[in-house]
Amino acid sequence: MTRSPETAGEENAGLPFESAPPAPARRSSGPLPGLKLTLGFTVFYLGIIVLLPVAALVLRSLHLSWPQLWTLATNRRALAAYELSLGASLAAALINAVFGSLLAWVLVRYRFPGRLLLDGLVDFPFALPTAVAGLTLANLFADHGWLGRFLVPLGIRGAFTPLGVIIALTFVGLPFVVRTLQPVLENLDRDVEEAAACLGAGRARTFLGVIAPTLFPTILTGFGLSFARALGEYGSIKFISGNLPRTEIAPVLMVTRLDQYDYTGAIAVALVLMLFSFILLFTLNWVQGWASKFQQP
Amino acid sequence: MTPLFPAQPETRPTPPSTGESALARWLLISLAVGFASLFLLLPLINVFAQAFAGGWAPYWRAVTDRDTGSAIRLTFLVSAISVPLNVAFGLAASWAIAKFHFRGKAFLLTFIDLPFSVSPVVGGLLFILLFGANGLFGDWLDAHHIKIIFALPGIVLATIFVTFPYVARELIPIMQDQGSEQEEAALTLGANGWQTFWRVTVPSVKWGLLYGIILCNSRAMGEFGAVEVVSGHIAGQTDTLPLRVDKLYNEFDPVAPFAVATLLAVLALATLCVKLFLEWKSRDET
Repeated sequence: MTRSPETAGEENAGLPFESAPPAPARRSSGPLPGLKLTLGFTVFYLGIIVLLPVAALVLRSLHLSWPQLWTLATNRRALAAYELSLGASLAAALINAVFGSLLAWVLVRYRFPGRLLLDGLVDFPFALPTAVAGLTLANLFADHGWLGRFLVPLGIRGAFTPLGVIIALTFVGLPFVVRTLQPVLENLDRDVEEAAACLGAGRARTFLGVIAPTLFPTILTGFGLSFARALGEYGSIKFISGNLPRTEIAPVLMVTRLDQYDYTGAIAVALVLMLFSFILLFTLNWVQGWASKFQQP
Repeated sequence: MTPLFPAQPETRPTPPSTGESALARWLLISLAVGFASLFLLLPLINVFAQAFAGGWAPYWRAVTDRDTGSAIRLTFLVSAISVPLNVAFGLAASWAIAKFHFRGKAFLLTFIDLPFSVSPVVGGLLFILLFGANGLFGDWLDAHHIKIIFALPGIVLATIFVTFPYVARELIPIMQDQGSEQEEAALTLGANGWQTFWRVTVPSVKWGLLYGIILCNSRAMGEFGAVEVVSGHIAGQTDTLPLRVDKLYNEFDPVAPFAVATLLAVLALATLCVKLFLEWKSRDET
């Protein structure tokens, strides 16, 4: 998206008869048909699927009493749910930043048998329905599960605990860091590393002083995407949390209230969740802008 | 990624290499492979192991159960309605956004990305507020005996809400990269708009389009949160496959939820295979 105005500008650079402002002129005055049709359909579709439902939420909340909405959004149960949602998502995103970076590094820099299989496996959490992920993870970490039978005697309970919530959120968010970092790592200029090595820096110093700072903004973007995904996750948590008060995250609380026909309570949580996502989306856009500036000095 | 060796003193000549020592390399690879096996491969194997824990008979009974059968049909039906609509939307949106300049494009793109940032359960709630019994159109729909929530239309709408960006998001960057020269040439040579679109644009983005379709389909068939909120859990009627897994799990059946889950796991594996194939194909052509 950032590229198109530039390329359009280059195309126009050598044309003497173009007196209009060079950047967007060529394409907008181009002979391609169908803008009205395609844009019309796009806006119509978005209107039905997104705008109308969002408008319904806004209209509905306007009719509710604000003190009541505020109370329902900030009562103890809701605050505990936000706390777990934010805390567990943060923990999961941090784990993903570390292991996602490791996976991306190994996949890009090394050649070893099974590399392609590992690369394909990274997408597995994207492809697997979250209900199945929650189901199998809960079973793995339960008392008699393949992992639980070793971990539970050690006091590590991964099913029906806040730790289980972190495990499931890590699973669903793992591909984001890897897939964000991989292309950047592939395009990373090896000359700089060679220069550092020639100048006498050891590999560790090259890594910490040259490679890590270059990759940091990208890892931060992947971290943010993984965090955003975790905040909204519901399917896998429903299985691994076991519907206990101490494992209740905000989306689960919203559905619980909805199931009890407590629409106002559900709307209150939904509004807070949307506020979280918008703050995150805004921050993420800013980080991405910063990251792209960082990579093209 | 802790460095194994501290920075060496500058007096010692370091070979200007840009690779890690064999030991560091080996450690990093085993750590990555170990993590992936434990965290990605083991959950997959576990689905099948639990499903077949009691042998073929219980597995077969769970998979061929009447309610499971209707869940399979509903899942395919929902995907068969929502994916083509999203493909039409994706093609239209990417054509408008990639080939033209207009005001508010960034705004439009933000809206297209919205489902990626909003929780699916919030998406489901939006449709309940719109079409539910107490919703904006609730009375009108009731008066005309139209059922949307707790019925197929609601499930389809919720599925579309969470899946509509997939095709568009895949196509927009590809079309932007390709520019409009080919289409302009076709039009200059006398083709009309539709001919240009079908014979020039669509073939040139076909791998990206197929990629978007399989991702969209995988999410459409596997969506849980948004669909659960609007479905109403009527067994044999509004249960999709993921909801069926949930219901069997809540009945404390040790085998059946895993048996039904294998169907979804196979879908995921098929999606990954097609994805790898498409990536290999598109790399082959460029």
